[in-house]
Amino acid sequence: MSKLIMTADDSASIRQMVNFTLKQAGYEVIEAVDGQDAIEKLDSHLVSMLITDLNMPRMDGTELIRQVRAKPRYRFIPIIMLTTESQDRKKQEGKAAGATGWIVKPFKPDQLLGVIKKVLK
Amino acid sequence: MSESNRFMDAYRQEAEELLSEIEQAILDIEDDPEDREAVNRLFRCMHTIKGSGSMFGFDAIAEFTHHVETVLDKVRAGLVPVSKRLIDLVLASRDQIMMMLNETEGHQKPDTGTRQKIIESLNAMLFESENDKTLSAEKDIGRPPSFDTTQGKDMTYRIRFRPNREIFSRGMDPALLLDELREMGDCSIMAHTDGIPSIEKLDPESCYLYWDIILVTAKGINAVRDIFIFVEDDCDIRIDIVEAAEQNVEEPVPRLGEILVERGDVIPETVTKALSEQKKIGELLVDSGSVSRGKVESALIEQQRLEKQRLSARVGTVRVPSDRLDKLVNLVGELVITQARLSQVSADMNHAELVNPVEEIERLTTELRDSVLNIRMMPIGTTFSKFRRLVRDLSAELGKDIALITEGAETELDKTVIERLDDPLVHMIRNCIDHGIEPPAERKKKNKPETGTIRLAAAHKGANVVITIEDDGIGLDPDAIRLKAIEKGLIPKEAELTEKEILSRIFAPGFSTSEKITNLSGRGVGMDVVKKTIESLRGTVDVSSVKGKGTCITLKLPLTLAIINGLLVTIGDSYYVLPLATVEECTELTKEDVEKAHGANIMNVRGEIVPYVRLRDHFEMKENKPDLEHIVIADVYDKRIGFVVDHVVGGHQTVIKSLGPAFKGVKDVSGATILGDGTVALILDVNALV
Repeated sequence: MSKLIMTADDSASIRQMVNFTLKQAGYEVIEAVDGQDAIEKLDSHLVSMLITDLNMPRMDGTELIRQVRAKPRYRFIPIIMLTTESQDRKKQEGKAAGATGWIVKPFKPDQLLGVIKKVLK
Repeated sequence: MSESNRFMDAYRQEAEELLSEIEQAILDIEDDPEDREAVNRLFRCMHTIKGSGSMFGFDAIAEFTHHVETVLDKVRAGLVPVSKRLIDLVLASRDQIMMMLNETEGHQKPDTGTRQKIIESLNAMLFESENDKTLSAEKDIGRPPSFDTTQGKDMTYRIRFRPNREIFSRGMDPALLLDELREMGDCSIMAHTDGIPSIEKLDPESCYLYWDIILVTAKGINAVRDIFIFVEDDCDIRIDIVEAAEQNVEEPVPRLGEILVERGDVIPETVTKALSEQKKIGELLVDSGSVSRGKVESALIEQQRLEKQRLSARVGTVRVPSDRLDKLVNLVGELVITQARLSQVSADMNHAELVNPVEEIERLTTELRDSVLNIRMMPIGTTFSKFRRLVRDLSAELGKDIALITEGAETELDKTVIERLDDPLVHMIRNCIDHGIEPPAERKKKNKPETGTIRLAAAHKGANVVITIEDDGIGLDPDAIRLKAIEKGLIPKEAELTEKEILSRIFAPGFSTSEKITNLSGRGVGMDVVKKTIESLRGTVDVSSVKGKGTCITLKLPLTLAIINGLLVTIGDSYYVLPLATVEECTELTKEDVEKAHGANIMNVRGEIVPYVRLRDHFEMKENKPDLEHIVIADVYDKRIGFVVDHVVGGHQTVIKSLGPAFKGVKDVSGATILGDGTVALILDVNALV
């Protein structure tokens, strides 16, 4: 069975792009519109990897990462955050919260797949 | 609609929603300048517009929004106060972005003037905020793209990767990083286990291992560093360049002690002391406890790596004209013959002092023969690569979509064989492209993938190399071939032939004519030439095909043309050689065996019925028939066939001499060889004898 990857982003176009790229590469994808939505959906699905934006309404990416890592079943999953160049501080916060890696926006589908290959078995 | 257009539309829609949200937020802020939540919302929206914009090709929007975002970031941090001017500017920016969105749809001309003015005002606002010193000091997350001198040539890297104990809880699996390193080049990885505590202290969720990696790659040090990009901040990673591949070949490879010191695993004094005790340095260092056994072993791996690389660098190549090589092979051939004679003379004399040096010479000659023949061996891949181009050009010309898959390119064959194989292979591959594989439309109709495949594979099989050319095209039509063959008078009209026999007619001379390409399934153009060439190399050609599914042509070629291992046998007074590679066993054929078979040429070998050929009858030799005959069982076309001879003498280094043009028509003999005493022995072609 193919792996389920969650993309959490408030931007529909980013979600769509991530979704499309991952499906092309043979992954299953579940979308979440913000951190809160992600947390709810994570409980009802078994996700192998999380790709999350940092700036999101309701619950931002850093808090999401922190809460995901606190869940026993998600302690060891790879979490990739999407950052922009100007967010070095945010990136550090995300890492401190338990993110595995990051992708700098803007990114190309190939870069996304390259990072996934790096962290997801 | 193409994918990228779909994304662009999605973006446009989303951006419009965001822009109206921005409007809401900024108006909220106007009402209540202390509304932090509204400021955050505003920032997030701008941020998303910028981020997604650059991803879907709206670079101008991304660039412009970046300026707004920078200011809003300061507002969020309380560095820029909320003012009427700010609110006006943000609203103007919003309108500007809206316009830019429409511009890309071609509704309006770009209005760069207003845009520039807004950017200037935004920048001015930043300058005014005195606190802001870090405005342009935006950190570039990526590494500066400086020129990487380590790229493009093979370099050896020594990497020590000591992950943070907590690495697993970050969702990172170090094994994946090691895998990534392995993909980069020639890589040795040594795991160190000395950090693992005793079981009661071991935390199963921590990573205690660390690794030493020796990597040879041409991808450059930045590419190596990039692998560790997610972990470099909290893991201990050391990457050193050990040696450039071509660098000073003359210098000795560093010693184990030197490597350990360079890695910082031991100090130089320890090494010197260890050396003075004149024991194996690695053993000593481990014994003295200054370094763990694992570290020494890992350093040893590095040393071996370097030696290997040095060696390959030092070896280099020498170009030699092939006629010199041929001469060398001939000389070795003569030497082998002379040596055989010497051995025989020595055996006859039975001189105690002579036996040893003669045996020595025999050993050396064999070694020499093998080395010389090895020189002539070349990987067949050199020819394979030519075909890629052929397939590409020809299929484009014919409007077909064909992929060439090659396997076993590293299979080695005698240079002469490879050279002479060139034309037949080109011919057969052309046939595949031309007549075998259908045009894409036709393939689609037949439920085949539109891309046709030609598989060109080479592999060793015993003393032979088997080359297969396989396509998934229309295959051969036995009925059509049969009709054609009858028409050409190649088979009698009433002949009952198996499918295999019919298919083999495509190799018959005169079968092919150019006009038949169009009206027959179209193989066999000059296939007789192919067969002739392969047979002149002492090889065989075989064809199999499933109509509609594809065709497979198999070539079986001897490894070398010059010297083979043979089995020497006698019939009457004559000597014969059977290629040892085909021989499976030798056994006796007694009179009782013959009687039991009631005249049929079959024999029971351990319960298995083996047909045999009586060479004595075959060559019509009547006199001196011994009571006890011998039978040599050989593998012919994957069947066990016996050959009855008088005596089996034994193994023999057979230097093949061709028989010359006068004996061209002789079928059962593929050549001759000269024995130790000067007698000529004929080499039997077992395939032809059956």
